[in-house]
Amino acid sequence: MSATGIAGPGSARVQLEGLYKSFSVDGRSLPALIDVSLEVQAGELLCLLGPSGCGKSTLLNIVAGFLLPTRGRALVDGAPITGPGPERGVVFQEYVLFPWLTVAQNVEFGPRLKGAPAAQCRQIAARYLEMVGLREHAAKFPVQLSGGMKQRVAIARALANGPSIILMDEPFGALDAQTREVMQEELSRIQRVEHKTIVFVTHSIREAVYLADRVVVLTSSPGRIKEVFTIKLPEARDRFAPEFIRYESEITRLVKVEVARAHE
Amino acid sequence: MIRALALVGMLLAWAAVTYGNRAVEVTSPALLPTPGEVAAVAVSLARDGSLGRDLLVSSGRIVAGFGLAAVAALVLGLAVALYAPARLAVEPMIEFVRPIPPLAFLPMFLVWFGLGETSKVAFIAYTTFFPMFVGITASLLRVDVMLLRAAASLGATRRDLLRRVALPAALPGIVVALRLGFGLAIFVIVGAEFMGADAGVGNLIMEGRTFFNPAQIVTGALLLGILGSLANALLVAVERRTLTWRALR
Repeated sequence: MSATGIAGPGSARVQLEGLYKSFSVDGRSLPALIDVSLEVQAGELLCLLGPSGCGKSTLLNIVAGFLLPTRGRALVDGAPITGPGPERGVVFQEYVLFPWLTVAQNVEFGPRLKGAPAAQCRQIAARYLEMVGLREHAAKFPVQLSGGMKQRVAIARALANGPSIILMDEPFGALDAQTREVMQEELSRIQRVEHKTIVFVTHSIREAVYLADRVVVLTSSPGRIKEVFTIKLPEARDRFAPEFIRYESEITRLVKVEVARAHE
Repeated sequence: MIRALALVGMLLAWAAVTYGNRAVEVTSPALLPTPGEVAAVAVSLARDGSLGRDLLVSSGRIVAGFGLAAVAALVLGLAVALYAPARLAVEPMIEFVRPIPPLAFLPMFLVWFGLGETSKVAFIAYTTFFPMFVGITASLLRVDVMLLRAAASLGATRRDLLRRVALPAALPGIVVALRLGFGLAIFVIVGAEFMGADAGVGNLIMEGRTFFNPAQIVTGALLLGILGSLANALLVAVERRTLTWRALR
């Protein structure tokens, strides 16, 4: 159940069952994820939190279908994930916009692939660019935008394709602190409307507490689930509320132990 | 403005050296044709129609040879970039043949294809193919995997990935490879026409040597320079038009 119990139309459930992933490095097999079992509810925003190199991006890449698990299963609404697909939208840290397309064409990319008529594509692009506040930049090319604007385009592009799940891999990690907070507020605002299933990878505890219905803390490498926090805060959150700070410090204590362990 | 001045300066330097030499005769004036002599040769060649014909013949050979090579390089480049077994099969062959200076094979082309058009076109195609193939393949293989992932997550099929992501992403590199190939075509046309051609700018130059007419040799060389600059300007304009997104910032 998401904290609000609301699931947007067409949002799906993700199940991870006993996931194990190892990479072979110089002929040796190095584990990255060990025995991760987790269920992401429809309409829930779940944050994966952990020190760098803990395997949180690996986990996300498995759900995206870019990597296959070594053992265990990853399912969307009961169907195993075998590769990338349009029902799982991805927002990358480095935006990854198509530089030869305009902002509007980037947002229309998914609907066009599905063969939607041009007029409908334009409408969709206009709607989602409006949502992220970039309507007047529709005709620009990505090189003409700031980092924050590019990431808004990437979010609009993911939403415009009507996915049932959105996977975000440290999407605000490359932005400056102020832009980052603005983007968090925008995402929170959009999520209050859309109620998508979102898996959000971050190493920022504040960001996780601000956005998440649940925060999954991973151990340092190899990644296992250390603890799961349900954030019982109102949807519109105040970063200075005492309860907010309580969650923040509680999770910080836990993560500190892991960071220390990673440096041993 | 500076470009124009530089060109004028070059012309003036040429004039100063050649007319100076005529006055003091450091060497025989016949060896250092003046701008006036070259212009006179160009005008007389233009009058009797051979200048236009030579340019047309050479350009025709360049376009045909370059065109064939470009199509072959694109098709093979795509095959090699998309299909790993093709890469393993084709690359060693190409890497073996590529370092051989193409001119070493020119007599072979004459033996195979005779003195007519075919040998010239084939030779230009052969020469320009390798750098274009290597450039096109490299730019396709260098396409950022993240772009492909992003598109796949938006529902792109293999075909979409090629048509809507890999090709546009590789286009800047492909255009550079084509420009290189075209430059090279102008480079080697002369060699091809030195050997048994009855027309073309290379033939014009060779005639200048045979009949000891240095002004005609210089005329031919300048014509090729102008042809090359025009072609390059054209390709740069095409590049600007198709790749506007790179120029903005």
